[in-house]
Amino acid sequence: MSTTPVTGTSGAAATAAPGGSLLTLNNVEVIYDDVILVLRGLSLAVPEGKIVALLGSNGAGKSTTLKAVSGLLPSEHGEVTDGSVVFDGQDITRMDAAERVKQGMSLCMEGRHVFEHLSVAENLVAGAYTQKDSGEDLDVVYEFFPKLADMRNRVAGYLSGGEQQMLAIGRALMAKPKLLMLDEPSLGLAPLLVQEIFGYIKRLNTERGLTVLVIEQNARRALEVADHGYIMEQGRIVLEGPAAEMRENPDVKEFYLGLGEEGGRKSYRDVKHYKRRKRWL
Amino acid sequence: MSTFLNLMVYGLADGAILALAALGFVLIYKATSVINFAQGEFLLVGAYMFYTAFVVLQLPLVLAVVFGVVIATLIGVLVERLILRPMVGENPISIIMVTIGLSIFLRSVVQMFYGTRPQSQPAVLPTGSVNVLGATIPVNRLWVLLIAAVVLTAFTVFFRRSRHGIAMRAVADDQQAAMTMGISVRRIFAMAWALAAVSALIAGILLGDIYAVDQNIAAFGLLVFPVVILGGLDSVPGTIVGGLTIGLLKQFTSGYLDPGLATVIPYVVLVLILLVRPYGIFGETRIERV
Ligand SMILES: Nc1ncnc2c1ncn2[C@@H]1O[C@H](COP(=O)(O)OP(=O)(O)OP(=O)(O)O)[C@@H](O)[C@H]1O
Ligand SMILES: [Mg+2]
Repeated sequence: MSTTPVTGTSGAAATAAPGGSLLTLNNVEVIYDDVILVLRGLSLAVPEGKIVALLGSNGAGKSTTLKAVSGLLPSEHGEVTDGSVVFDGQDITRMDAAERVKQGMSLCMEGRHVFEHLSVAENLVAGAYTQKDSGEDLDVVYEFFPKLADMRNRVAGYLSGGEQQMLAIGRALMAKPKLLMLDEPSLGLAPLLVQEIFGYIKRLNTERGLTVLVIEQNARRALEVADHGYIMEQGRIVLEGPAAEMRENPDVKEFYLGLGEEGGRKSYRDVKHYKRRKRWL
Repeated sequence: MSTFLNLMVYGLADGAILALAALGFVLIYKATSVINFAQGEFLLVGAYMFYTAFVVLQLPLVLAVVFGVVIATLIGVLVERLILRPMVGENPISIIMVTIGLSIFLRSVVQMFYGTRPQSQPAVLPTGSVNVLGATIPVNRLWVLLIAAVVLTAFTVFFRRSRHGIAMRAVADDQQAAMTMGISVRRIFAMAWALAAVSALIAGILLGDIYAVDQNIAAFGLLVFPVVILGGLDSVPGTIVGGLTIGLLKQFTSGYLDPGLATVIPYVVLVLILLVRPYGIFGETRIERV
């Protein structure tokens, strides 16, 4: 596995051993509406059995990265115009979204996106759409999230934010993924709940060997559970390294200051960003 | 009293057929957000498909129904594939125009092959009548009620229990999230159109049997609008309540007041409802959390 120290380069894909990497993005470029360039040659690797955190400020392109991986871009007039996405040894750059789920990846979208008018149980059944038989998996998910079992007949739209996030994760598990992708699972949750959700993520990884790619604004929390971290800015990876090192490295804490110098742009916008970022770390 | 009972049975039978017709409309609207102005023509085409199989090709009843179902499914899928899919993302008015165009096209095709005169078709449902509390109730209306109830129940079970039914409701709720579950939105759209065509076929066969196989079926199908406005564009239970209400209202108005008024009254209701409760009585509430 990668032991690259924290660096300012974006040579992520090259550093991970090809055999051990479940998901690899090679210089992926994404354009929305034929004109809006959002990912500018992004490379990253998610090693099998690890938790990888993808961090970055608002608008960096984190969600776009996950959409490129899960094949949701066409539904948003977006397109991978360059580079490749390789999952489990297979080039899936142009694969249909539904087919990717069958290949073993699940995405929990930003904002949870539970099926509001469906019951908790129906949400889970919908999550198992690609599976022939979902009866047993239902029990497994209920066992993992006992709270969900208690409210299996409740309408999902009326659950609390934390409950909805558990449901979203449970629903993603119903597809029996090898890779679970989570887009800001802590969004809008109280600190205690954030801790609980991250506890679940860690357990999924250690108890069930699930490979996880998680996007977070809450960098500290994410780097606590992750094995490896990537920081992206304006559609590129600008920093990466083992989570333990990133956590300790002062560069990471000062990261956003450093970037301001690199770009040499000191506009008002950058200052505003700086303030936001400081809160972010 | 006997008039009352009679009107009620007629009204319920009409209403049950309306509920079936409206079910198709609601399915399409819920899953694909398309307002299908051709739903009445789906009934018309359904009735003539069945007529073709049963009378022209002289197939046995069961086979004729199966033939109708197969053709209706095909028509539904083709309409989605060839007409609606290229329109994805266009503005709603253009899509409505397209479905209006489709309705004219379907009506013309039926006219082209069968002319405008009613076709004679032997009765499919048992004829005769029974006496209930002094009222003479035609047996075929009772059969209509029974068949509609069975079909509506089957659809409800499909939506509540089956994998595909739940997937359809999931797509209606959140298309992108459904895609992340490996649900093919295109396939669900095609399924919605096919199911709508099949429910319209059944409504069309029933209408053809209790009234006549003629162009009026399309006009009857137009009544889905008051029905869905009353019940809610996206509510399956609403189609039943809306259908029965409009059916009864029409028959009672016709029996007690004036048959001419009866053809207008559903649209009066439509306007009133739009004024008072634009989302219909059972329209799905948008769940908003803070
Ligand atoms: N469908 C779209 N069409 C056009 N531009 C888009 C679209 N989706 C995202 N973008 C743009 O792409 C950029 C990156 O968006 P993205 O949602 O990937 O950021 P993010 O890192 O997930 O941000 P956040 O932390 O706010 O969720 C933004 O500038 C955004 O405006
Ligand atoms: Mg995002």
